[in-house]
Amino acid sequence: MMLINREKCNQCELCIKSCPFGAMTITEQSAQAGDECTLCGCCVNVCPQGAIAIQRTPVSQKDLARFCGVLVVAECEERQGLLHPKKVVYELLSKGRELADKLGQTLMVIIMGDDRLADLTKLGHHGADRVLKCVHPLLKEFSTDGFTAVLSTVIADIKPGVVLYGATPNGRELAPRVAARLRLGLTADCTGLDIDAENQLVQTRPAFGGNIMAAIIAPRTRPQTATVRPNVFPVNFYDAAKIAEIREVSLVLNKSMIRTRIVQEVCLTEEQEPALEEARIIVAAGRGYQTQENLSNARRLAKKLGGVLAASRPLVEDGLLPHTRQVGQSGNTISPKLYIALGISGAVQHLVGMNGSQTIIAVNQDPKAPIFKIADLGIVGDADAVVKSLLTKLEN
Amino acid sequence: MNIVVAIKQVPEISNVQVNPETGTLIRQGVSSILNPFCEYALDHAVRLKALCPDIRITTVSMGPPQARSALMRTLELGADRAVLVCDRKFAGADTWVTALTLAEAIRCTVPDFHLIFVGKQAIDGDTAQVGPEMAEILHLPQISYGTACEITGNNKKIRVQRETESGYQILETRLPALVSFSKGENIRRAPSFADILSSRKKPIDLIRAQDLNIADQELGLSGSFTQVVKIFPPLLKENGPLLSGLSPQETTATIIKLLNTIDVLEKKEGSL
Repeated sequence: MMLINREKCNQCELCIKSCPFGAMTITEQSAQAGDECTLCGCCVNVCPQGAIAIQRTPVSQKDLARFCGVLVVAECEERQGLLHPKKVVYELLSKGRELADKLGQTLMVIIMGDDRLADLTKLGHHGADRVLKCVHPLLKEFSTDGFTAVLSTVIADIKPGVVLYGATPNGRELAPRVAARLRLGLTADCTGLDIDAENQLVQTRPAFGGNIMAAIIAPRTRPQTATVRPNVFPVNFYDAAKIAEIREVSLVLNKSMIRTRIVQEVCLTEEQEPALEEARIIVAAGRGYQTQENLSNARRLAKKLGGVLAASRPLVEDGLLPHTRQVGQSGNTISPKLYIALGISGAVQHLVGMNGSQTIIAVNQDPKAPIFKIADLGIVGDADAVVKSLLTKLEN
Repeated sequence: MNIVVAIKQVPEISNVQVNPETGTLIRQGVSSILNPFCEYALDHAVRLKALCPDIRITTVSMGPPQARSALMRTLELGADRAVLVCDRKFAGADTWVTALTLAEAIRCTVPDFHLIFVGKQAIDGDTAQVGPEMAEILHLPQISYGTACEITGNNKKIRVQRETESGYQILETRLPALVSFSKGENIRRAPSFADILSSRKKPIDLIRAQDLNIADQELGLSGSFTQVVKIFPPLLKENGPLLSGLSPQETTATIIKLLNTIDVLEKKEGSL
């Protein structure tokens, strides 16, 4: 229930402006929430007096069953002036379809952006039964506050049983924020999802650098929420005849709800490369392959394969590549479809960051390099010669 | 101005093994360190303090009694005070309960905080959830993946440079706020002998469950929303062939063959 501290409330009406459901009114003494209130929590952070609190009681077992349906949160990227769902969204839809079918429930997808949202019919072809479209000028670029407000509102309203996010940089920021607002269990970076005999979501994730796997459930909170690593689930549902119902969600969002301001945005790469966590193919260079020429060849190879260039820690510490491109324990944990390691020996701190890769090719001079222990194809030899020869072959 | 840095002690190398009989972690023989990302967050606080000496830095950690050594290290590195949040009742906490407990501990020990700094993630759990969850519980705006920061607007705002996929962004928000830090330009420093000596005089306060305004059943395992039902070793795939002495052409042919079998050559980016 909502608790309003009458002594603190100064009837400023900001909560009225921020309430998506028009549930707030001001009485002579203080603000008040009406029956329309879904406890989405948008007003709590907006109140400058800290006068609003929400007390959430655990949902009873009987009530848990009321939460129904699988919701995928679709993150967008800009291509040719339009906002398109990222690839991980289609991976989540394929998995989401499977889970929804096991539960006998609907698969929904929520997409947030401004008027640049691209055509969304593909979301239906890839498995969605319903698309919840949230369009607002303040959703032009990602903000934790704005996206959390919209998403919490929709979740509080439609009450899905499962919510899935891509474990992208933004997804990993948004999911815990929404989970804390609505008091939900959340599992990070899942690599496996299934439904058990009690219709609960079983979430599997690696821990301790991939040395152990943990199966996790959230028995007393709904929806059950999880972030899923990109490239882990295949896109295996496609039906051109399947059309999703597209529903526009009416939104209340105002500037006072977004507390961060973008002062400056600087693009360092010519074209926008995907975040390392999302890249399907990664070519990584290490100490044994670090000259300017080496790196430019490695980048050419990455480009030719439709992938991105990354590096091990020493190269990043020398300033040859930015930290966003560092693979390993103090950099990024990745799970691409293909990882090509050039001149990387494979210290344990590096291995824990990339041992989730599906296929690993390693080229190194030292036959005892630890990276060979986890490689699907190990080549003892000169990375420079191998890359040059590969480039000649691929570019012809 | 008060800056709180929430920190975690983690195993030094991720070579933790699972006991195949009990399914529990074997932690013996694995030494512990201050999580590197937490150390970066602390370093940013120390840099701000160098510019503005009236900043007071408090580090807070929830953990077993051994976590005291990670807090000792933060005092050597420049924190003014440390708080250990430690009680058997906290055991088994998931990220939600950890965030709730830490947030409440911060409210109790540094009620007039202006900033909370955290590392972007801990290297053992990798969840990156406790920071944002704590920000939400304390109703704070958050900026994530910071690499540099400055206090602006007459000590009322913070500007943070943060990593993005294509470069960087500078975000600004009002205080109080929570900032999570990625690596940035800071290099891990070794404390001087004088730092170590002076750290001995700094206090480490202990916070127990009874000091917090949280009911016992909302703490630790019983308060957690998520439950680990099973822990198991990952399926280890066998490593493939190790080839040596091949000519570049032979090597190329072998690689191309593999690329064809895993189907990465035709489907390029943008096929979706």
